[in-house]
Amino acid sequence: MSNELTLDKPSATPATGEPLLQLSGVKKHFPVMDGLLFKRQVGAVHAVDGIDLDVHANESVGLVGESGCGKSTLGRVVTRLLEPTDGKLTYAGQDITHASRKQLAPIRSEIQMIFQDPYSSLNPRHTVGAIIGAPMEINGINPKGGVQNRVQELLETVGLNPEHYNRFPHEFSGGQRQRIGVARALSLSPKLIVADEPVSALDVSIQAQVVNLLQQLQKDLGIAFLFIAHDLSIVRHFSQRVAVMYLGKIVEIADRKSLYESPRHPYTHALLSAVPEADPDDVRERIRLVGDVPSPINPPTGCRFRTRCWKAQDKCATEEPPLVQLSGNLDGHLTACHFPEDGSTAVPEPRAAKEL
Amino acid sequence: MTNPTKAPEADELGTADTLAPTDAASAPVFRGLSPGKLMWRRFLRDRTGVVSAAIVLLFILIAVCAPLISMIYGKDPGTHYGQEDVTLLTDSGLPTGPNGGISADFWFGVEPGLGRDVFMQLIYGMRTSLFIAFLTSVLTTALGVMIGIAAGYLGGKIDYFIGRVIDILMSFPSQIFLIATMPIVVSLLVASNESQPVWLPFVSVTIVLTLLGWMGLARILRATTLSLREREFIEAAKVTGASPLRIIFKELLPNLWTPILVQSTLALPAFVTAEAGLSYLGVGVGEPTPDWGRMIALAADYLRTDVTFLLFPGLAMVLFVLAFNLLGDSVRDAFDPKTKR
Repeated sequence: MSNELTLDKPSATPATGEPLLQLSGVKKHFPVMDGLLFKRQVGAVHAVDGIDLDVHANESVGLVGESGCGKSTLGRVVTRLLEPTDGKLTYAGQDITHASRKQLAPIRSEIQMIFQDPYSSLNPRHTVGAIIGAPMEINGINPKGGVQNRVQELLETVGLNPEHYNRFPHEFSGGQRQRIGVARALSLSPKLIVADEPVSALDVSIQAQVVNLLQQLQKDLGIAFLFIAHDLSIVRHFSQRVAVMYLGKIVEIADRKSLYESPRHPYTHALLSAVPEADPDDVRERIRLVGDVPSPINPPTGCRFRTRCWKAQDKCATEEPPLVQLSGNLDGHLTACHFPEDGSTAVPEPRAAKEL
Repeated sequence: MTNPTKAPEADELGTADTLAPTDAASAPVFRGLSPGKLMWRRFLRDRTGVVSAAIVLLFILIAVCAPLISMIYGKDPGTHYGQEDVTLLTDSGLPTGPNGGISADFWFGVEPGLGRDVFMQLIYGMRTSLFIAFLTSVLTTALGVMIGIAAGYLGGKIDYFIGRVIDILMSFPSQIFLIATMPIVVSLLVASNESQPVWLPFVSVTIVLTLLGWMGLARILRATTLSLREREFIEAAKVTGASPLRIIFKELLPNLWTPILVQSTLALPAFVTAEAGLSYLGVGVGEPTPDWGRMIALAADYLRTDVTFLLFPGLAMVLFVLAFNLLGDSVRDAFDPKTKR
């Protein structure tokens, strides 16, 4: 695992001090069972396969990648909805890799989550007040002025009418529901929020409102975010640091500016070239990746992207590229590629022939 | 961190996403309509449902007030009027009057043989039926809810085991099984040399019916729980550190009331008929407790001479079961307006 290289790289982040959240070599494999009568494990889905990532206090880290690359699984591992198969998960210096529910109790209030689907993330049988107040009740927190007061305060914080605490989720629109979800996440005054595609289920006009709300909250309350999304422009807007995931691994991680302006990994190039531009004279060449993402049950050897990469050579199949800082890159810009792009321009060059 | 940062962008970008402030101002203590209240409203609009509910309530009221009615009516179900007053029955045991002896004194006629009052038998028989059916419904619902949620929420081996148990129990031919288990349950409850207490037939019939009655609800709840378990609000509860018990009772159960209510209202009339069936076959509630099934069994003996004896218990049962079934349908429609019959 050459990825370990990134472990002791304090320069990888602009913030100082110990990271709030530290992932090293985190893996999550889901067993694949088969067999008649007696089930036995015949393989595993390598959903997350060795991730090293630091999130510092007050920082927003974006996590991008196409569907099925393991972003959401990673988010669920961080909030410990799932237990990592391997690796180490540290929160504020405390190892929570295999902590039980009771051991996690003091940390629960500090790591919260915003969910993707506002229609399924709120219990339809509870009032908004009950939904937002439940985390406080569970953790035995009795805020000054009572729970209801605090709930109304939170509703106001997320831009909803505080009088609506007695309503039920079905009386709200998608954007309002997502705001309720944000208020619930805020109710415990968390230090880290994992936002699992918080806006992808929303209307584009509402997306902006919710993202701006999150940004405002991050600024005002100093909450660190792990922002999972597949929309690159939203991540660019929201996150200071961006990690690109492909098939369970981080292929490139860098500052927002560095990543978007001089991407080095071919996959990042391909992703960025797919971002639509509201410009009729847009002459960028769009890199069209051929084929599907390989199965995470049986990921390719060496570099995982090689099956779809136009630069792939023999070395890519045998040797896995380490996630390292390439020459000519800024501090903290790590790339896992044997044959990186030159990174001089954000606009990808015309695609090299190697049509399949 | 008391920081009421009223998100400014909501105002900048237009208030499309915030409700009109007027409804809040007009009703300061406004409370939204819960899904339950919406169901209730929908139910009240369903005429069949309301009429069925009225009939069912009437039946329950009559059963509950049976002693009162008995007092006003001036007769009780146990007295053998035909033997006290020899003019009521002929020598062969049939009522002397026409139509089963219906008269001003005996509204629904006189029972052939023993000469008891049919009206009283019917009303007290309703008590027996409803008591056993309600008790069985409550027990099967409790059992079905516990087992179904356990199977659905815990999953894995427990789910597999419970699933197979349900399969086996459901593959039994229920009527034969009920007949076969009745004596076993009775002998388990009371030693053969003791005299049988009054509660024994009630308890044994309830136990036997419960034994084979919980599987349907358990299966439905298992399936519903399986789908609810994957919803994000369950994950949200887990992220805040909720215990499994809290998740089951506070998050899952409120969403399961619909299938529970629908299933138990549909199961209750089935228990009424099952109980009557057992009595009809002679393994249910025995003499001297009045019972519909036994009334029908007796009437069947006199079917050729007089149909009146079959008429009253038969009609009462058909009416009750029909009303309760229609009520169950209406409850389901009110809870789930998307399914059209």
